[in-house]
Amino acid sequence: MADPSYPDDLKYHAEHDWARIEGDSATFGITWYAQDALGEVVFFDPPEVGAEVSKDQAYTEVESVKAVSDVFAPLSGEITAVNDALGDKPETINEDPYGEGWLVKVKLSDPSEVDSLMDASEYQASLD
Amino acid sequence: MIREADDTLTIFERSKPGRRAFSPPELDVPERPLDELLSPELRRAEAPRLPEVSEPEIVRHYNRLSKRNFDLDTGFYPLGSCTMKHNPKLHERIAALPGHARLHPLQDPHQAQGALELMWRLQEALGEIAGLPHVSLQPSAGSQGELAGVLLTRAYQEDRGERRTKVLTPDTAHGTNPATVTMGGYEVVKVRSDTEGNVDLDDLRAKADEDVACLMLTNPSTLGLFETGIEEIERIVHGVGATLYYDGANLNAIMGICRPGDMGFDIVHFNLHKSFTQPHGGGGPGAGPIAVSERIEPYLPRPQVVRREASTNGAEPFYELDHDRPKSIGRLRGFQGNYGVFVRSYAYICSLGAPGLREASETAVLNANYLLARLRREGVMEYVPVAYERLCMHEFVLSGEPMRRELHIKTLDLAKRLLDHGVHPPTVYFPLIVEEALMVEPTETETKETLDRFAEVVAEILKEAREDPEVARHAPYTTPARRLDEAGAARRPIVRQAM
Repeated sequence: MADPSYPDDLKYHAEHDWARIEGDSATFGITWYAQDALGEVVFFDPPEVGAEVSKDQAYTEVESVKAVSDVFAPLSGEITAVNDALGDKPETINEDPYGEGWLVKVKLSDPSEVDSLMDASEYQASLD
Repeated sequence: MIREADDTLTIFERSKPGRRAFSPPELDVPERPLDELLSPELRRAEAPRLPEVSEPEIVRHYNRLSKRNFDLDTGFYPLGSCTMKHNPKLHERIAALPGHARLHPLQDPHQAQGALELMWRLQEALGEIAGLPHVSLQPSAGSQGELAGVLLTRAYQEDRGERRTKVLTPDTAHGTNPATVTMGGYEVVKVRSDTEGNVDLDDLRAKADEDVACLMLTNPSTLGLFETGIEEIERIVHGVGATLYYDGANLNAIMGICRPGDMGFDIVHFNLHKSFTQPHGGGGPGAGPIAVSERIEPYLPRPQVVRREASTNGAEPFYELDHDRPKSIGRLRGFQGNYGVFVRSYAYICSLGAPGLREASETAVLNANYLLARLRREGVMEYVPVAYERLCMHEFVLSGEPMRRELHIKTLDLAKRLLDHGVHPPTVYFPLIVEEALMVEPTETETKETLDRFAEVVAEILKEAREDPEVARHAPYTTPARRLDEAGAARRPIVRQAM
């Protein structure tokens, strides 16, 4: 993806993760900025379905040609699905970070945590 | 049509049935049945599929490969944290002496007194350099020295009835540190760096508790900066009963000037292949000896090379392998390590002596600071500023972030373009806390002219990028292979080849 983008319908975490909230569930991924800083992603280590994730804590890793990096949970909950397609095509995280490049779906344990996340304009301001 | 010579064939692809480079002579000793020599279940069922090639084909194949390599004997190699210093050729002559090169690992110690003495003397020298009296040469890489350090910490603390669960590593640490911690069965806890590039002492105080087994520290750090708070770090770490581990990757900056033992470190590893000269970078062999304090000594790997004083007056002392070490963490490998590495490093230490080692470190630090100043004078700091404005040690870290923003070339592009100028790139994208990092370690063995040229080349590449960033983006142009598909190689590696 050549141009930065930060969709308005997402919530953002300072560790460069996004969450798409759907009721008491959410989808997590990494932002355009994160995939650009990582460079070409070569491996995604999918967490287990059923695992608990805690807000601000690392729940998985992505590996790029530069480094292995922790991925932080923007919100707490239980993982209900992981994006298995990334196993064969980790580059999807670079090509479509907000769409096909999603990482996990989570059943939120405390939906009020959403209030602490940034919206698109706040997140973009934090990058400058 | 003339067929093209394919330079990319592997030695296996060059194989043709029946071709030979060597014909063994007739057997001139009595033949014994195979079963007598090795029982059938230990023997392979079919012959290994080795390439069948003639001697000239072998020679050409490897000669061709060697010419495609960029090595230290070819050009400047400022690969940060790897200490690519010149390896004196004298060491090769000494290591090749038959008494060294033809020594068998199973030789009876009585017949290997010279080798054992060399190892003992190397232990003594390393102990003096580290400021810690007890040395084991067994770990065969820096990473194995680290693992030994973590296992020693565990053995020491468990012997005291303590069961600790966490190990602290700074966010600038080499990747091997957290990997070692995990392999040793501990949880990794990262400690932040402060705005000066030092360990953040408040963060360290907050994270150092009774569950912490050890702090692994590189000093100078991977930012090429001396930890000015080392005395306070020592008080904090020992205050909670943890051990202090010295990652010796950057020892080349301080040899003969200050000693990890005097800073309060309990365990130190050396990279003989970095600081004490040994051709490296091609995968080994290396050596990662450890030096430890009195309280850690009982747990050192076994056997230990020891010197015994003769019982009668006038007789020579003798050397042996001491297996009687009941508290030892055990063996880390077969035999005693890569002996050839010990010979080269011992030769290096003897050649330089104490004043020479100190001068080597002083020159390494001087060269790094000179190169940094020279880059400043070339006016490149606008695009690749130094990450921390301090006097550096033996290496320094630049950030290519302004270059990426303003000139639209990344650190990787600059690194690749350096190859077209006959310079091996510095370490890139490490340490992780510096954006678009370039870690430059010139070492003490480079001339002023080489350093000057490096600064001029960097300036030239940036000037070129101002005019046309596409040039650097597609570099290199002059190397045997152009820009490699690193992501493709990692995502879909071809790891097997039909033979």
